[in-house]
Amino acid sequence: MKIVVCVKHVPDTETKVAIGDDGKSLNPAGVKYILNPYDEFAVEEALKLNEADGDGEVIVVSVGPEAAQSSIRTALAMGADRAVLLTAEESALMDGVSIAQVLAEEVKTLEADVILTGKMAIDDYGYQVGSMLGELLNLPVLSTARELTISDGKATIVRDIEGGKETMEAPLPCVITAEKGLNEPRYPSLKGIMQAKKKPIEMKEAALTDGGFEILEMTYPPEKPAGRIVGEGPEAAAELVRLLRDEAKVI
Amino acid sequence: MAQLQTTDFMDWSGSFDDQEIMIQNTAHDWVQERFMPTIRSHYQAGTFPMELVPEMGELGFFGANLPETYGCADINNVAYGLIMHELERGDSGLRSFASVQGALVMWPIWQYGSDEQKQKWLPKLASGELIGCFGLTEPGHGSDPGGMVTRARKDGDNYVLNGAKMWITNSPLAHLALVWAKDEQDVVRGFLVERGTPGFETPEIRGKLSLRASVTGEIVLQDCRVPAKNVLPNIQGLRGPLSCLTQARYGINWGAVGAATDCYEEALDYAKSRIQFDQPIAGFQLTQQKLAEMVNEITKAQFLTLQLGRLKDRGEMHHWQVSLTKMNNVRMALEIARSTRTILGASGIVDEYASMRHANNLESVLTYEGTHEIHTLVVGNQITGIEAFR
Ligand SMILES: Cc1cc2nc3c(=O)[nH]c(=O)nc-3n(C[C@H](O)[C@H](O)[C@H](O)COP(=O)(O)OP(=O)(O)OC[C@H]3O[C@@H](n4cnc5c(N)ncnc54)[C@H](O)[C@@H]3O)c2cc1C
Ligand SMILES: Cc1cc2nc3c(=O)[nH]c(=O)nc-3n(C[C@H](O)[C@H](O)[C@H](O)COP(=O)(O)OP(=O)(O)OC[C@H]3O[C@@H](n4cnc5c(N)ncnc54)[C@H](O)[C@@H]3O)c2cc1C
Repeated sequence: MKIVVCVKHVPDTETKVAIGDDGKSLNPAGVKYILNPYDEFAVEEALKLNEADGDGEVIVVSVGPEAAQSSIRTALAMGADRAVLLTAEESALMDGVSIAQVLAEEVKTLEADVILTGKMAIDDYGYQVGSMLGELLNLPVLSTARELTISDGKATIVRDIEGGKETMEAPLPCVITAEKGLNEPRYPSLKGIMQAKKKPIEMKEAALTDGGFEILEMTYPPEKPAGRIVGEGPEAAAELVRLLRDEAKVI
Repeated sequence: MAQLQTTDFMDWSGSFDDQEIMIQNTAHDWVQERFMPTIRSHYQAGTFPMELVPEMGELGFFGANLPETYGCADINNVAYGLIMHELERGDSGLRSFASVQGALVMWPIWQYGSDEQKQKWLPKLASGELIGCFGLTEPGHGSDPGGMVTRARKDGDNYVLNGAKMWITNSPLAHLALVWAKDEQDVVRGFLVERGTPGFETPEIRGKLSLRASVTGEIVLQDCRVPAKNVLPNIQGLRGPLSCLTQARYGINWGAVGAATDCYEEALDYAKSRIQFDQPIAGFQLTQQKLAEMVNEITKAQFLTLQLGRLKDRGEMHHWQVSLTKMNNVRMALEIARSTRTILGASGIVDEYASMRHANNLESVLTYEGTHEIHTLVVGNQITGIEAFR
């Protein structure tokens, strides 16, 4: 199968991010970037599907700054065959619609059987791009897959719903977004890392449109106030209950 | 590429290229996620997590700097060093396993073996399907291996080996032993002895208080007949085993920095959160001095080791440079492990924390592959031109 995986280059979850001088963007200094973890599940799933099949191609597509090549290399080192990087300024990357539009234009030309992506990017928590991509390509979207099987030209996923599981099916081609638990992404092997160096990354400028919204301000969460100890032993229980009811109003 | 978030006071990793960083990340993540959950129980039991060997092979950790033709990854020596750094951040026993397999068994077969030997052994050693060991040290000859008494007598198409090797990492697990012995002309030769050969036994050495997650044994050779085609054809003399040791010590030098870094990070974390006299112990001058000395020593060792790696990649590394780095790095790591243990107070003596395990391991690392004293004499010899071994 020809599988396209859309991936994003995002700040590492372990990095402490700082707000930039303009008060509405992140200060990139000292921030380490990684392949978005949900996209890693998508890459792994694509590789597994083709390994089971015995052939096919996995193409990674990303919209991002030139530095996003390093995250793309991670996907190539895991085993993807080639990549397309649609270059754009970091600051232009907050709007899901324009990213989905750019991706859709590119994905159209690739004529994939399956389009995989993470359920969300861990930087902006947009949850939008996968679904919008399906809409723009006029394809069905199976979102937050925790299991995926493909047979007879159909994709079947299982996803978690409140209190249970839901099984859904759609004809190929379709868009599938990956949830944590779909698989255990492999470690890029040393051979994979060495081969990734030789795999092509096609670079083109992304024609991003102006987003429909604007970020006005970013602020840090308020400092947590210090905790309070109301007393010790069983005698304190009554006071604790009173405070939880009257002051915190949680019971 | 996202560099590993680890001790890096002087932007050491700033000169790593994308491949080197990615390789370090792979080794780091694998060790932390797959190996670390097993180490305490294996250390207590005195066993190695054999179930992880196929994964190590799959990822390419064995003989990673050897050519692709034999199933290896053909990475440069700095990247190879970074793997050793990450393995030994986990445990010296884990790094020892990879060092023996890659530098002491695969490297000599690749360097000195026949085409047939290379084809036959290297791919299976690379994948971890076969495990190798390296038999040089004898009960009576450690620092002075040239005095070895293990003998090989030619008999038709075979050699007949007699003698005993001692302190051999992985010998009880090995499918293949590279045994060094003197032939009838008193020339040291390398013999590839397969498990199952009559007269080849590998009793395990028990009661170790160091490197417990690494299996150590003897090799006992009693009229052990080895086909002449199992002799390494392209090397004669003590230079053979010594050149292998240079390869392995190169990896140890990186590993020691990894072990030291693991200890320092443990010390720093603990000192920042442990409250005594109403404040974190990291706020006391005596503790800060310990921590500052640690980061100072680690930083110096990082650059020394990186320079050694860049020299090796240029084909310009000399064995005395490897000796100087081993002298420096292993002692430094041992001192940091002990110092970390003191910062942890009583907590430092239990296996929930790593520093005492590292300290115990590093006692072996200080001794094997040339003791600290012998490396001092190698450096002394190099700078004065006078041999002081005898
Ligand atoms: C856990 C472990 C694993 C090992 N794995 C292997 C292996 O896989 N293969 C292998 O072949 N060997 C292996 N060894 C053996 C190791 O290489 C030897 O222990 C080492 O070479 C030292 O030899 P020795 O123990 O006989 O000590 P000795 O040589 O007896 O040395 C005792 C002390 O005397 C000092 N000394 C010796 N000569 C001099 C001198 N001229 N001047 C000043 N001081 C001197 C030494 O520095 C040391 O402090 C291993 C050892 C250990 C502990
Ligand atoms: C095997 C064992 C048996 C023991 N048996 C007993 C027993 O029978 N009964 C009992 O009561 N206790 C016992 N202890 C506890 C022992 O006395 C304590 O471990 C010791 O007092 C240190 O306390 P700590 O471990 O909490 O370390 P901490 O007090 O937390 O010290 C941690 C580190 O901080 C340093 N530090 C602390 N304060 C300062 C400062 N102001 N300036 C500079 N550095 C500082 C310490 O020197 C140490 O390096 C035992 C401990 C062990 C390991």
